Amino acid sequence: MTPLVSFRNVSCRLGGKDVLRGLSLDVEAGETLVLLGRSGSGKTTALKMVNALLLPSAGEVRVEGTSTVAWDAIRLRRRIGYVIQEAGLFPHFTVEQNVGLVPRLEGWPAEKIRARAHALLEQVGLPPAQFAARYPRELSGGQRQRVGVARALAADPPILLFDEPFGALDPVTRVELQRQFLALRREIGKTAIFVTHDVREALLVATRIALLHDGRLAVLATPAEFLRAQGEEVHAFLACLDTKVGVS
Amino acid sequence: MTPELAREMVELTIEHLVLVVTAMAIAIAVALPAGILLTRHAPWRRWVIGFANVMQTVPSLALFGFLIPIPLLGGIGKHTAIVALVLYALLPVLQNTLTGILGVDRAVRESAIAMGMTGRQLLWEVELPLAARTILAGVRVATVTTIGTATIAAAIGGGGLGVFIFRGLASVDTTQILAGAVPAALIALLADGGLGWAEKKLSPG
Repeated sequence: MTPLVSFRNVSCRLGGKDVLRGLSLDVEAGETLVLLGRSGSGKTTALKMVNALLLPSAGEVRVEGTSTVAWDAIRLRRRIGYVIQEAGLFPHFTVEQNVGLVPRLEGWPAEKIRARAHALLEQVGLPPAQFAARYPRELSGGQRQRVGVARALAADPPILLFDEPFGALDPVTRVELQRQFLALRREIGKTAIFVTHDVREALLVATRIALLHDGRLAVLATPAEFLRAQGEEVHAFLACLDTKVGVS
Repeated sequence: MTPELAREMVELTIEHLVLVVTAMAIAIAVALPAGILLTRHAPWRRWVIGFANVMQTVPSLALFGFLIPIPLLGGIGKHTAIVALVLYALLPVLQNTLTGILGVDRAVRESAIAMGMTGRQLLWEVELPLAARTILAGVRVATVTTIGTATIAAAIGGGGLGVFIFRGLASVDTTQILAGAVPAALIALLADGGLGWAEKKLSPG
């Protein structure tokens, strides 16, 4: 079976800097692959290459077997849900309009869009009767992020991209949303690529972790293997676990 | 106030309004699309904004004068006045169109693109609605300035309330000056108030 997303020796130069150097990586259907790394490690760059926000300067990224260069970018993007930090909701759209955006762009009938938006809001724990007509500025950070997730799911895309989706939230809200992410994944079982710099989050949500360092793949492992993996960068990230747990 | 003066005030006020509305309509029709194009072509920005800036720095009376000898655009009369007013009104509209669109939150723009919006959808559904208040603020500034500047149109035979002012200046007649200045100021206040109200009504970004 061809992998859903496949990086083949991908490099990316941005502003005269090699952000990715020869990344090769397959993402199988149904898994949650976490791209873990420090700031500047290339993880967000790699993510943005999946929906053709960035194109490789060498190598190729294949989605469903077709290179992102060969895809019609608009069609490709509508098949990929995208959730970013601070949600990036449209401030002039209501919650319902935000969630229904891609279905509307895809020309769904209004009634179906509405039903879909309401079902999704329910699913992410925002009762539509209370939230559908609100504007993003009337929501808390956690609620906005939930809307962001609902919006990404709206047109039922086979692939979801998450770019540090919970990075700007307070710790309590973050844990709530991580739990919800896991629950959603059990329910809908989509393929997801998830960028984070938080090793605990990576261990929690990943089926596999790809650790990036300086634009290169340092380690590719399941969470269990990752805890035992060797290498300087892995150890640097695992060391965060000790301090975060607060063992003296 | 004599009936003749009153009648003339009405006539010249209408003439003044025609000058302002025509000039603003042309200025918006040029500056808004130009501003949108400039958000897509960064290298041209300096040159176009530079040109509009220079137009603003030319003293208004001089600009009207400069236009007189220019063929097609210039000469004596209303159309020359309108050309001059348009040149003045371009900058605020252009500048605010740029500022408004470029000021749209990066995350919002990026998610619009990532959702699969086309360039046109991005413009009409995201950028313009979110920039609308800023653009309208530019239109407001330009309109209020144009109402004032249009009084100079009379110097080159463009008519409008400036006719009273220049006549009053020439004959040292305060009544005539006031007959031009007061309605012009009132129109400016009304326009400012009305456009300011519209600005507030637009859904905040």
